[in-house]
Amino acid sequence: MSLLSWMAWTPPVAIFFVCIGLLLMAMTVWELRSPTVARKGLLPLVTTRGDRLFIGLLAAAYVNLAWTGLTDLAQWWGAGLSAVALVAIMRYG
Amino acid sequence: MRRKHSWLVLAVYLLFTLAPIYWMLHMSLRSNLAITSTFAWIPESLSLANYATIFTDPAWYGGYVNSIIYVVLNTILSVAVALPAAYAFSRYSFIGDKHLFFWLLTNRMTPPAVFLLPFFQLYTAIGLMDTHLAVALAHMVFNVPLAVWILEGFMSAVPREIDETAYIDGYSFPRFFVRLFLPLIKAGIGVTAFFCFMFSWVELLLARTLTSVDAKPIAATMTRTVSAAGMDWGTLAAAGVLTIVPGALVIYFVRHYIAKGFAMGRV
Amino acid sequence: MSATKPVNQRAWWFVLPVLVSVAFSALVPLMTIVNYSVQDILGPDQAVFVGMEWYKEILRDPDLHGALYRQLIFTAAVLAIEIPLGITLALAIPERGWRASLTLVLLAMPLLIPWNVVGTIWQIFARGDIGLLGYVLTQLGVDYNYSQHPTDAWVTVLVMDVWHWTPLVALLSYAALRAIPEPFYQAARIDGASRWAVFRYIELPKMRGVLTIALLLRLMDSFMIYTEPFVLTGGGPGTATTFLSQYLTQKAVGQFDLGPAAAFSLVYFLIILLLCFVLYNFMKDPQ
Repeated sequence: MSLLSWMAWTPPVAIFFVCIGLLLMAMTVWELRSPTVARKGLLPLVTTRGDRLFIGLLAAAYVNLAWTGLTDLAQWWGAGLSAVALVAIMRYG
Repeated sequence: MRRKHSWLVLAVYLLFTLAPIYWMLHMSLRSNLAITSTFAWIPESLSLANYATIFTDPAWYGGYVNSIIYVVLNTILSVAVALPAAYAFSRYSFIGDKHLFFWLLTNRMTPPAVFLLPFFQLYTAIGLMDTHLAVALAHMVFNVPLAVWILEGFMSAVPREIDETAYIDGYSFPRFFVRLFLPLIKAGIGVTAFFCFMFSWVELLLARTLTSVDAKPIAATMTRTVSAAGMDWGTLAAAGVLTIVPGALVIYFVRHYIAKGFAMGRV
Repeated sequence: MSATKPVNQRAWWFVLPVLVSVAFSALVPLMTIVNYSVQDILGPDQAVFVGMEWYKEILRDPDLHGALYRQLIFTAAVLAIEIPLGITLALAIPERGWRASLTLVLLAMPLLIPWNVVGTIWQIFARGDIGLLGYVLTQLGVDYNYSQHPTDAWVTVLVMDVWHWTPLVALLSYAALRAIPEPFYQAARIDGASRWAVFRYIELPKMRGVLTIALLLRLMDSFMIYTEPFVLTGGGPGTATTFLSQYLTQKAVGQFDLGPAAAFSLVYFLIILLLCFVLYNFMKDPQ
């Protein structure tokens, strides 16, 4: 068994993790350029940009799961909806 | 400032705590025949035969040695990597610190059952299967976050002025950390080591999956007492009693730190 | 964290060992799990991409719904009993001297027993024929049999967990109580505060830090309870004590369904992540 083959990488998953990695790097650069200011938005707690990203990603995961579990429609719709949720939480949360 | 009947509450609870342990001790001193045939409140005769079985069979006492090796290894590694990290969290703010802290905690939350399969393959791939190091590393997933968490609480209780004074006095960072700072949080290190020891000592699922022969923990050895002839209750109970001993020793050594108290200022 | 801490990005170097060691043992498996969850693994180097199929299957599995439901009730019961009981005990432990030491050592014993041994102890202790508890209950005329009656099994697992983990809450609370300086109590005495007022306005706020740790640890650990019920009841009778980890292990090891097991692992992880995030933030900010 080679060092990586057991991880059974597939392109979609690899793309997903690369995106997460890039997102974290982008957030770091953004933070260095202009530090975040904690604020109270629609969410019931004071959040920074990083907090909102985390909450947004968590919400996106739940939206996707709910889509899979509750509907028989194509997953793309769920993914689209979760992306909207992520952006909304980043912007207004 | 305490209520009169609080002693009663404590006494009743201690009785509840000790009853199952007493029962195991009781069984470990009886023979299998006596256990399954008659009920007795106290053993009718004391026999150490079950203990003799354990101390003479390498498969049994080897299990204890294996468990102790990986538990100690894990405790040392966990505390060693957690010390500088806890210092960083308690003294500085840096980009992503809070998220990193929470991410560490998420590893404490992940059920070992989730990691079972990939761990097996990861350690097979890097050739660590059935070694003490594999179990020690695997247990770090849940012990390191806890160690950082507890140590950070203790370190935050030490005023930052101490650090600054030391630097003014010409201490280099490593010298300050080892000579001045570590002694100040001795209690914290004791408590942390206790928790690391405890959680590593009691875990079985990962320890059993990552070992087969050479590093097999005592808890896994105990599962083999189910044989064709039925349960070997007496030996099982004796082995169980012996697993309490290291833990009881460890708690005895850290009791002062707990009795002295700690508040964990921030979460 | 207080706002006065100096910003120092070089602190990352201090965190690096933790990051590397945990990432090695946590991120690599996590990535692997994600990979497994979207494929049908037929054998080494033989896998078919199936997208969200496993998630679909898992999320609609009535067995999972049952296990989740049982798990939530169990965890709620564990927290509702162990936290108040642990605090009560901590208040009752002597403040110093050999009595305090003895109590601490005795109290902590269940914590240091390997989890399968805990299961074994209770397996023996609760048996009707050779166990103290089972024997006494049977003699008292209670129709108790944890391997036959689902309710008995469930209650036995709960009592076992209380026995096993309440000491943790008690030890942590006790440590927090000992850290409260005496002047606080003197001030309260001068004000003529009642015992309850002392607890509510002095002791409880001072215990918040350790109570957060205790509560989160109990939440996390009771949510992943596996070994003890596995030894005691094997998840039965029927599915009465099949909690989430039990369900997962049956899938991953028993049936070797890598895909569904991985998909479920991630769902499981997300549930715990949400619970802990909510609780962590709730405990961190005063009200």
